[in-house]
Amino acid sequence: MSEPTVQAAADAALLDQQVDASRLQGASQWGLIWHKFRRHKLAVFSLVVVGFIYFVALFAEFLAPTDPGRFDPRYTYAPPQSIGLFVDGSFQPHVKGYSIELDQASFRRVFVVDPDVTIPIGLFVRGQSYRMWGLFETDLHFIGPLDPSQPFFLMGADRLGRDMLSRTIHGTRISMSIGLVGVGLSLVIGMILGGISGYYGGFADRAIQRVIEFIRSIPTIPLWLGLAAAMPREWPPLQVYFAILVILSLIGWTEIARVVRGRFLSLRGDDFVIAARLDGVSEYRLIMKHMMPSLYSHIIAAITLAIPNMILAETALSFLGLGLQPPIVSWGVLLQDTQNLRAITQAPWLFIPGICVVVAVLALNFLGDGVRDAADPYAK
Amino acid sequence: MPQTPMQSEPGAPVLRVENLSVEFPVHKGLVHAVKDVSFSIGRGETLCVVGESGSGKSVTARAILQLIAEPGRITNGRILLKDKDGAGETDIVALGNRGRAIREIRGRRIAMIFQEPMSSLSPVHTIGRQITETILLHEKVDKAEARRRAAALLDRVRIPNPEEALDRYSFEFSGGMRQRAMIAMALSCNPEILIADEPTTALDVTTQAEILALIRELQRDRGMAVLFITHDMGVVAQIADRVMVMFKGEKVEEADVFSLFEKPQQAYTRALLGSILKLERPAPRPPRPEAEKPIARISDLELHFPLNPGFMGRPTAYLKAINGVSLTINEGESVGVVGESGSGKTTLGRTLLRVYTPTSGKVDYWRGEGGVVDLASLSRREMKALYGEVRMIFQDPHASLNPRMTIYQIISEPLRTNTDMTERQMQGRVRDLLTRVGLPADISDRYPHAFSGGQRQRISIARAIAVRPRLIIADEPTSALDVSLRHQVLDLMRDLQAEYGLSYLFISHDIAVIRYFCDRVAVMKRGQIVEMGDVVQVCENPVHEYTRTLISAVPRPDPRLRLQMAG
Repeated sequence: MSEPTVQAAADAALLDQQVDASRLQGASQWGLIWHKFRRHKLAVFSLVVVGFIYFVALFAEFLAPTDPGRFDPRYTYAPPQSIGLFVDGSFQPHVKGYSIELDQASFRRVFVVDPDVTIPIGLFVRGQSYRMWGLFETDLHFIGPLDPSQPFFLMGADRLGRDMLSRTIHGTRISMSIGLVGVGLSLVIGMILGGISGYYGGFADRAIQRVIEFIRSIPTIPLWLGLAAAMPREWPPLQVYFAILVILSLIGWTEIARVVRGRFLSLRGDDFVIAARLDGVSEYRLIMKHMMPSLYSHIIAAITLAIPNMILAETALSFLGLGLQPPIVSWGVLLQDTQNLRAITQAPWLFIPGICVVVAVLALNFLGDGVRDAADPYAK
Repeated sequence: MPQTPMQSEPGAPVLRVENLSVEFPVHKGLVHAVKDVSFSIGRGETLCVVGESGSGKSVTARAILQLIAEPGRITNGRILLKDKDGAGETDIVALGNRGRAIREIRGRRIAMIFQEPMSSLSPVHTIGRQITETILLHEKVDKAEARRRAAALLDRVRIPNPEEALDRYSFEFSGGMRQRAMIAMALSCNPEILIADEPTTALDVTTQAEILALIRELQRDRGMAVLFITHDMGVVAQIADRVMVMFKGEKVEEADVFSLFEKPQQAYTRALLGSILKLERPAPRPPRPEAEKPIARISDLELHFPLNPGFMGRPTAYLKAINGVSLTINEGESVGVVGESGSGKTTLGRTLLRVYTPTSGKVDYWRGEGGVVDLASLSRREMKALYGEVRMIFQDPHASLNPRMTIYQIISEPLRTNTDMTERQMQGRVRDLLTRVGLPADISDRYPHAFSGGQRQRISIARAIAVRPRLIIADEPTSALDVSLRHQVLDLMRDLQAEYGLSYLFISHDIAVIRYFCDRVAVMKRGQIVEMGDVVQVCENPVHEYTRTLISAVPRPDPRLRLQMAG
């Protein structure tokens, strides 16, 4: 008699569609984000590039062959050397030396590569001493001539005979850190004001949004110029650096505030937030435990997309001579030297920091795109 | 054949699908959306393809028009369309998905209507322009003639004032009107085959009944073959000649509609029909006690939303979402609220829990530890004390579980705020709750995305009964679920009711679910209750005109009933 019941039970079991047991079943939010991010090939490549740039920034002293301030009047505007690997059939990494000739037409000194002079170079060589991260004294450099007094200009020299490679590497540290720290500052302001704006709405929202619109309506370059010009000239370079950071963040926070507000607004009406509220969860816990985790990934994306703006802004200010001042080296400061015709005609290698800016900004933008797409792994 | 087909004998097949397979490459693998499916449709015949979500029914329909979304592709099979002269057949698969040949077929010989009429009509062109464009594209007529034909078509699908309607935009139309306009567009070139992909799923049941009647009538007039995709067995019973049941990409069974409902051959079909027929009659319920003891009494509740906040924040018009509702829920009773979209039923449920603050009215609530409070005027803090006993189950189990929290975190959240259990006690309680709702106890460290809709709804229920539930507001708890899972969830809720002495306010648009689950029912329309009473009595002898329309519009899963309707 029990047979129909068994049949019905078996039929019902058929309907209870079991979920596929795949690797992603137990994955957490970050696991899913990583899984989705990896499919964005350009972003993964950009992640490697950005990682490399920050690596360079971190180990600038070690990677740079010389101190960025070291100058040698004998080698003004020396062209880049190329690395050779063999001397007379035996392995010996080297660069060729320079000899100076006088251009009869313009009466200028020009460098020509002297094939007879070989300057042996190597990895992990002893050179100028420096304090690594201000912690300990060392003179180890990643690459350089075996004899530190020999000329070594892989990316050429500037008008004072300073090594462009070393200067660009040190510039990386300043330019990339100004992006990161500046965004950090904007993030704090943006999260707080955007959060208030989106969560409470009403008057606070309207007031904050009007402020944001006002700030964004001011043309940025004149504003920066004005603020930068207001800085006392006698400030030490480090103080100028932080002042520039503050100036950039004062505008940068608006973008992040808008992202945060938008997410809060849409989350506020989501079922799971209402459900948490109906569980009797306190306001603080609701924001921190239920809403914030949905925001992290979006915030990371916003940060990645904001850093290039910071870098560009710093570069623009420094290029115009109103941002950072020598002896601090940033990409923008280096590009100041390209403001004349001679750089274009005779020393095009002075533009290399410009290429660095383009590469860094593009890589960060692609990375930001990838992160933004992966940020919500639950979206269809 | 136990039954003779009721409609005229279908003609020779106009479309034959042979061994169709469709695959979607996904990350490191292939999803076989359709596996080796064969079927055919004859002239003047309606073939219903029925199946639950993920069964591959929509993909099959799209494959016929070569409309499969990238990166999916047809890997095997032939789709043979009978040529106009009747001599040969064209293989649609061989035509590829672009080029002149397939465009000649799309829209002209095979037309398609979709589920979401809003997104399939362009909002920036008038209805008339969109229809005339289709006509001009396929036929050699001038503009005036095309417009005349478009007006005739709109008239044919019973859109009032067709001439005027031609110059209106899709957003000025209601959902049903939009679907009519879509049908008119599909018919503009006299197609031989009409593919309808869940055309009524997004519509209210009264509108659905009108659209179904329209499709049936048009088919009879024009002798079209109709391929109708649906998940609703009631709709199948209303319009199908033959039925093809699909499950996980495979054809399970194909049969004449009468034989299928009478004698399903396959276990899956049996189970599917069984779960639907189960909802056709009320579940056995214990009789109500003589003296009812109320747990909540809503009196003259009103909720108005300001429509246009003026410049100084002084609104000039209001949307009366709830317009004077009075309703009593007794202890241990399930009260249903039924209504179409926009009737204010969801808002009513949410207002009781003070997601919205009512404009006026009272909600008396008899607390578990004694005493009566007015939910409508409690402060936020006083309300918080009640969140352990007045609970809510949401419609969409995907949206109501935080995707970034584990199952343990989700279910323990009400315990954390309403009790002073230790972490260890909570872990034990969550395991008990999971077992109680029919899930394995060891899943608590997983995230919601690992579960299917039905399993997620069980997790929602576990969260609702976590503390000491007395009154549960269930807002369409089964509408997002496949039909075979509905009665399972409902039965679970009924078992819990007996166990905890729960009262339910059960909100749904589906009268069958209400009849199965509830003791009493209130019918809502435009923020007001138009009829209220015992569920059997309201369903069988509705008094109010609106209730009568609502109930007669529900498609019943019994093909024999349509004879009565036609007669």
